[in-house]
Amino acid sequence: MENFFDFQLTVELLGYVQPMLIAGAVLGLVAGLLGPLVVTRKMAFAVHGTSELAFTGGAAALLIGIGVGYGALAGSVIAALLLGLLSRRDSDRDSVIGAILAFGLGLGVLFLALYKGRAANKFGLLTGQVVSVGSTDLWLLIGSSVAVLAVLAVIYRPLHFASVDAAVAVARGVPVRTLSVVFAVLVGVATALSVQLVGALLVLSLMITPAAAASRVTASPLRATLLAVVFAEVSVLGGMLLSLAPGMPVSAFVTAVSFFIYLVCRLMSGKRERVQ
Amino acid sequence: MTVWGKTAQVTDRSTRAAVALRGARLSYGDRVLWDGLDLDVAPGEFVAVLGPNGSGKTSLIRVLLGLQPLSAGTVHVAGGNRRIGYIPQQRAIDVSLTLRGRDLVGFGLDGHGWGVGWRHRRERRAAVDAALESVGAMRYADAPIGLLSGGEQQRLRVAQALVGDPEVLLCDEPLLSLDLAHQRVVSDLIDARRRAADTAVLFVTHEINPILPLVDRVLYLVDGRFRIGAPAEVMTSRTLTELYRTNVEVVRVRDQIHVVGAQHVCEDEPHHVADEG
Repeated sequence: MENFFDFQLTVELLGYVQPMLIAGAVLGLVAGLLGPLVVTRKMAFAVHGTSELAFTGGAAALLIGIGVGYGALAGSVIAALLLGLLSRRDSDRDSVIGAILAFGLGLGVLFLALYKGRAANKFGLLTGQVVSVGSTDLWLLIGSSVAVLAVLAVIYRPLHFASVDAAVAVARGVPVRTLSVVFAVLVGVATALSVQLVGALLVLSLMITPAAAASRVTASPLRATLLAVVFAEVSVLGGMLLSLAPGMPVSAFVTAVSFFIYLVCRLMSGKRERVQ
Repeated sequence: MTVWGKTAQVTDRSTRAAVALRGARLSYGDRVLWDGLDLDVAPGEFVAVLGPNGSGKTSLIRVLLGLQPLSAGTVHVAGGNRRIGYIPQQRAIDVSLTLRGRDLVGFGLDGHGWGVGWRHRRERRAAVDAALESVGAMRYADAPIGLLSGGEQQRLRVAQALVGDPEVLLCDEPLLSLDLAHQRVVSDLIDARRRAADTAVLFVTHEINPILPLVDRVLYLVDGRFRIGAPAEVMTSRTLTELYRTNVEVVRVRDQIHVVGAQHVCEDEPHHVADEG
């Protein structure tokens, strides 16, 4: 156990995992920027539902032998559109997500049962590190991330307005419903990308935990977003580095780091509330 | 054929109505909310819109905001949609919401604009500060908005509506669930604005007393019928008995008006522009 976090070994392995570190850094940026909006819009369960559908898409892709990344992307974009279109009212959003999530997960299990390839690939879809990130995957990931961030940059202000103050946003002519479907798709794409790294079950650790932690320590939307990006980067990159020497799944360390940050922020906010 | 170079109309703000409805009709299927509604609201005029729930008060606001087309007739609002200030009723805001009063007010300025909002941020900050100052909200402008009292939140709502320098203020039950002192503060702020900047005010309410001294005219809607006039003309036993088609007694106690007899005159149910349609 004394060699669990072997520094020498970590340095030696760094060269091999460079593409993965780049992928992680890009994902951290995307998740950190989207996270505060996801938290504000109370979409944690929607993100979870979308990631399960990314799993289904990835499983289908494994079965028919195309890139898992493309399958995950297709699955979560379809999920995001379904959720956006079927749950027009907040009141039935949870139940719609529950229904779609369960069906999608069932399909995914079926696809995996039919798949005759390596068992590690199956497990990886749920818990991360499907395949080590190759250069095609890396370019798909960077391209998709740039697209997500570009769209976000265009819609950011009205989307933020609609997320925190829908009644007045509607009155000011903001297309609230269209924006919420567009945002669901952005979250879907980001989720699909994250699934390949941390797995369908642990996407929340990237998309929700850093933003939830940030929102505990500041009321400024800008500062919360910057903090969420920092927290997400520290979680992803820190988690990856820590996982190298022990050779354990990345997702275990990413979730541990992000949860630790969350706990610290909660303790700090508890102190702040008592002072007021 | 398209006609180019249409003659520019010179509009004089002091003579032209800020809000003009002509033969306006709003109906959903067979149900007529109101019909033949002619209403001119002059700049600086304060019009209270009264009536029981379901009489189309909020729908009128939706029409003026351009969210609801008229079934017949025309509507004109000075300055277009961007020069309307809108104040909704106070609603509970999540304690953990990552938002400060300053951000809420900023949305009133340019929250509808595309982009991230990096450009002109210095000018924006100055405008937001001025609006916060004008409602006396500077002290808590940077606090988490969910931790503020209902009265403080409604002051911010007024600043949010005023920061865009509106020609028309549409207020949809802005005093609901506020205590008397805060009702006074918020309605005085609205009154000060219309006197200082000649802003027309349409104020939807189920309770006229908190704003009675400010009101120039009343639009009273009941089951498709309506009356427009000074409070002294409309708020009488005779007029309201006609409108409600049942015996209604209007009692004046000191400076207050009490309507007795119409059981659904004073319902306290929240409703909202965004919840409909």
